[in-house]
Amino acid sequence: MAKRPEPFQRVAAPLRAMAQRFAFLFLLIAAGGVLLLGKADPRVFDRARMVVTDGFAPVLDALSRPIATGAAIFDEASFLVDLRQQNEALRAENARLIQWHTAARNLAAENERLRGLLNFVPDNASQFISARVIADTGGTFVRSMLINAGRRDGVRVGLPVVVGAGLIGRVVDIGQRSSRILLIDDLNSRIPVVVGPDRERAVLAGDNSLQPKLIYLAANAQVRQGARIMTSGQGGVFPPGIPVGAVSSIGAKGIRVETFVTTSELEYIRIIDYGLAGVLDSERHRTADREY
Amino acid sequence: MKGTVWQRLDFVARIMTPLLVSLCLVVVSVIPLRLPEASFVVPMLALMAVYYWGLHRADLLPAPAIFVIGFLQDILSGGPLGINTLIFLAAYGICVSQRRFFYAKSFLVVWWGFMVVAAGALIVEWVLISAFVEALISPRPAYFKYLMTIALYPVVAWLFARMQRTLPVVE
Repeated sequence: MAKRPEPFQRVAAPLRAMAQRFAFLFLLIAAGGVLLLGKADPRVFDRARMVVTDGFAPVLDALSRPIATGAAIFDEASFLVDLRQQNEALRAENARLIQWHTAARNLAAENERLRGLLNFVPDNASQFISARVIADTGGTFVRSMLINAGRRDGVRVGLPVVVGAGLIGRVVDIGQRSSRILLIDDLNSRIPVVVGPDRERAVLAGDNSLQPKLIYLAANAQVRQGARIMTSGQGGVFPPGIPVGAVSSIGAKGIRVETFVTTSELEYIRIIDYGLAGVLDSERHRTADREY
Repeated sequence: MKGTVWQRLDFVARIMTPLLVSLCLVVVSVIPLRLPEASFVVPMLALMAVYYWGLHRADLLPAPAIFVIGFLQDILSGGPLGINTLIFLAAYGICVSQRRFFYAKSFLVVWWGFMVVAAGALIVEWVLISAFVEALISPRPAYFKYLMTIALYPVVAWLFARMQRTLPVVE
């Protein structure tokens, strides 16, 4: 920069400092404003949000790959270490599973016959969309992840997301090539479920701890530790019968559930499209808001 | 500021370094690590950048840049928009106003300052999100994150310090 004459600098320096302070205050207020606006109507920034996320999706996709490879190598190594032990455990399990297999085949055959007697209408055929996890949330108090499938792959808001062992969450935001999944242990997650063999209805509520809790359980409901929890299908968002977890503890602070899937170690997930309209359809939500 | 196109390009690249590095740290902090409970452990990398550059070279990372960094963090992390923006701006304001105090002090003093700022940031985040969802949420995830963040700060600060040596002094 060229040297300026003295008097100019004497006036300019404090002015510049003031402008900087003003800009800082303005930005601070703008951030607060964005926060309040987002609270008043969470849908306001959805579009901008997904456009930016979409833009970063290829970068995140590329960056997450080497880490996935590293994790795979580490897994392989730790796998080799206790190969022998694992083999033994698997043999024992296999023996047990063969019995279950026979039992399941008998039940399936019986089920088929009984369905035939009742003219039972089977569930809708479902479509699957597979995707890679490209970003975990960086937030301390938010539990969500980004995947590399979006509108162009047929993803819709509200669709349930699963892996082999069970439910992990649902789609909340979609972009062109990426979507955000709200995990079942997030604060905002509420899933209608049935508990145990008695099929007691309840709602599984995330609270940012590792184990979500059961709420709105009937007062006389009998829940035992280890009872399996599945989606109930109420509300039409999740299809019934997706396994979620098992009751891990029953205490004064409520009933806690150990989910079947550990969300932090996922690499691939599946989105199920059962063709359900769902209560989470944002378009319908919006018109409903306007009507009230 | 004369020179060939390449020299000028080099100059601009160096001036942009703090911002670009901060944005990279935001992106890095959301990459899935496939560790058990990774999201509780991932340190607040962007806050380190805000603190370090706010103290040492605030001229290369002005307030609008902090806004951009915070906003990107908010968008990618999926939380309520504006929370990290607000926290980063506040932390930056504190750094800039207190940088005389930290001037030419030992690293331990700077580190201690970061512990205070990071604790403040997590407390504010907890309060804001609790207010946002209108419920008291468990602050437990923050403890481990805090420890990871302050433990990793010396490493990141050392990298920043190496970077800082290559940055030109403007004016």
